Amino acid sequence: MSHVLVVYTDDEPGVLTRVASLFRRRGFNIHSLTVGPTERPDVSRMTVVVDTDEATARRAVEHLRKLVNVLEVQQLGIGRANVVRDLALIRVNAGPTRRSEVLQLVEVFRANVVDIADDSLVIECTGSLGKIEALVDTLRPFGIIELGRTGAVAMARGTRTPVKAAIAPLRTGGGAMSV
Amino acid sequence: MSIAPAGPQTGAQLIWESLTREGVDIVFGYPGGAILPTYDAMTEYTIRHVLVRHEQSAVHMADGYARASGRVGVVVATSGPGATNLVTGLATAMLDSTPLVAITGQVGSGLLGTDAFQEVDITGITRPVTKHTYLVTRAEDIVPAIREAFAVARSGRPGPVLVDITKDAQQSRATLDWEAAAPQRHLRHLPAPLDQIALAQALDLIRSAKRPIILAGHGIQLSGARAEVLALAERADIPFAITLLGLGAVPATHPLSLGMMGMHGESWVNRAIQEADLLLALGMRFDDRVTGKLKEYAPHAKKIHIDIDASELNKLVPVDVAIAADLGDVLRALLPQVPVADRSEWLGSIREWKGDSAVRDIKNLPDDGHLYAAHVMHDLWRLTKGEAVVVTDVGQHQMWEAQYYKHDGERSLITSGGAGTMGFALPAAIGAKLARPEAEVWVVAGDGGFQMTFAELMTAVQEDVKVNIAIINNGYLGMVRQWQALFYEGRYAATPILSPDFVKLADAFGVHGQRVEARSELATAVEAARTVKGTALIEFKVEQEDSVYPMVPAGAALHDMIRRPAPSVLAETGQDPV
Repeated sequence: MSHVLVVYTDDEPGVLTRVASLFRRRGFNIHSLTVGPTERPDVSRMTVVVDTDEATARRAVEHLRKLVNVLEVQQLGIGRANVVRDLALIRVNAGPTRRSEVLQLVEVFRANVVDIADDSLVIECTGSLGKIEALVDTLRPFGIIELGRTGAVAMARGTRTPVKAAIAPLRTGGGAMSV
Repeated sequence: MSIAPAGPQTGAQLIWESLTREGVDIVFGYPGGAILPTYDAMTEYTIRHVLVRHEQSAVHMADGYARASGRVGVVVATSGPGATNLVTGLATAMLDSTPLVAITGQVGSGLLGTDAFQEVDITGITRPVTKHTYLVTRAEDIVPAIREAFAVARSGRPGPVLVDITKDAQQSRATLDWEAAAPQRHLRHLPAPLDQIALAQALDLIRSAKRPIILAGHGIQLSGARAEVLALAERADIPFAITLLGLGAVPATHPLSLGMMGMHGESWVNRAIQEADLLLALGMRFDDRVTGKLKEYAPHAKKIHIDIDASELNKLVPVDVAIAADLGDVLRALLPQVPVADRSEWLGSIREWKGDSAVRDIKNLPDDGHLYAAHVMHDLWRLTKGEAVVVTDVGQHQMWEAQYYKHDGERSLITSGGAGTMGFALPAAIGAKLARPEAEVWVVAGDGGFQMTFAELMTAVQEDVKVNIAIINNGYLGMVRQWQALFYEGRYAATPILSPDFVKLADAFGVHGQRVEARSELATAVEAARTVKGTALIEFKVEQEDSVYPMVPAGAALHDMIRRPAPSVLAETGQDPV
């Protein structure tokens, strides 16, 4: 089953390699991995979705915690207690005869059309992993020409204490050191 | 300690300044272009440099130094091949949790990524075999990186750290600010406060156990928890089985000591584990050489696992109580509440499984004219009164040493366990001797492994280091030959190995050399080696096709052992009456 790990790291070169190679080394199967900036300029945030059992996911968390430039790791479920969002861009066949059919489906899924060509549309859809998979399945009979997904970004619902700020990255004269 | 001059210093000076302030008294290394500025500055400092003959040996020396002393070992090498030669040593240290800091020179920062002469991505190459790596491109980053490297190497589960420093960073200047560079990040993931619920559960399991056994691992040594482990064993009357790296962490001749567990453990030790109703795994990680087939491992036992590395818990063996914390801390919290117990019934059954093998002593076996490696180990143990620091290589001799040399003293066995790195012994022994000059240090190596790194004999001579070397020469890569004999129908592919005349070799290096072909010559030769000035080498020409018994074949259940085929002149054990 899918597990969502949120990993806060120092914003330094090399961190992504460390996290990715940890997963490779231990044979954990990554479904998606996203990385981006956070509310703090020196901290990056990764969302990693892994397909594995509970015990393995927990071990992945413990391995991540051993990395020097990891500040904090949260293990989130896929369920309602968490917001998990993925964005997809889908280029689908939609010539004049079937275009209205596709547009209807886009509306049902509350997705957007972001580009129109003579024989195809590009659809943008944001939502849970399940919603995007459902849209993709629905559009498949029309002929999907191109599909791109961002991978999940996740956040727990409810209140939350901020990322522990006590321990700063290894900061020197002109910025964080490359590792 | 040198006094830092006011004003900016070169990066090279800052490297030595940092090492000095970290308490380093010796480094093991090999110079080259990209690290030259650092070597040039070295002469201003009091730190001793040991010039090795190959960078891999530098890491093994630092490893031996660290394991013998408990301090952080330090390696210096240049970029490119100098750096890549460190990889095997770093992996060896990583798997056996040795704290090391390796400092490598790197091409100038402007040349990074251009495939410049002697440029390799050493931080990338070593990432999976280190706790952390740094690429430092500016002089002002050197002190923070080295300080943090030492903190990371020492903290939690120890391990190696690599700091790669570009040539221009070594040459440019920065002002030392030691306090501002105090490391913090290693404090991010310290073990949580002791889990009181888990402690209570552990106590319950200990109280109700009828057949408990302690699995004593390397973590006891790393945590400095020998006294606590012995107190627990004695108070609750629990016998302990020892992992290869745990040998010496707890005394082998203690009445509650059973001996080594696992693939080449004594049969009664493995049987005790298989019949136990409680395993107390202390600072060990259930390596496959220890468990055999996981599905049939200790089937009746509840399991308590205490290790500082949380990622080791429930990794291979699911446990009932898992505690991620420093072992000493946990045991100090537990001990006052552990009830005094008498488990003479359980201890009695283990004694029964030992049978007469417990009181046989190979010292008293008739001499049939053959020299067995077991004789060498047993006699070496007797002649050194069990007080030597023994550094072994990897293979049959390593297992015989573990079986027949009874280690009582802490840090008295240094061996490559996790990685099984051949060529480890001689360089690691030189490092161990430099860490503990007062100790009698013995290398026990096979003819194969010794030939991998024997160039370091010259390092021992140049550095005036005395180690005593026992080469167990059976003319084969013996452990591989044993597997071929047992599992590959005796096809000895690439295992017969020729050796040089080791006595002449010793002579060429200017060290004492002797050959022993009969057991009757053994004691004299060992005494000569012990007393001669400088490094001494003894080649023991032992029985060629002897095998290590008992043996649990890889993947078999722990109780499924291959015993020594009868009849044999050798007892299966050198265990003395206790």
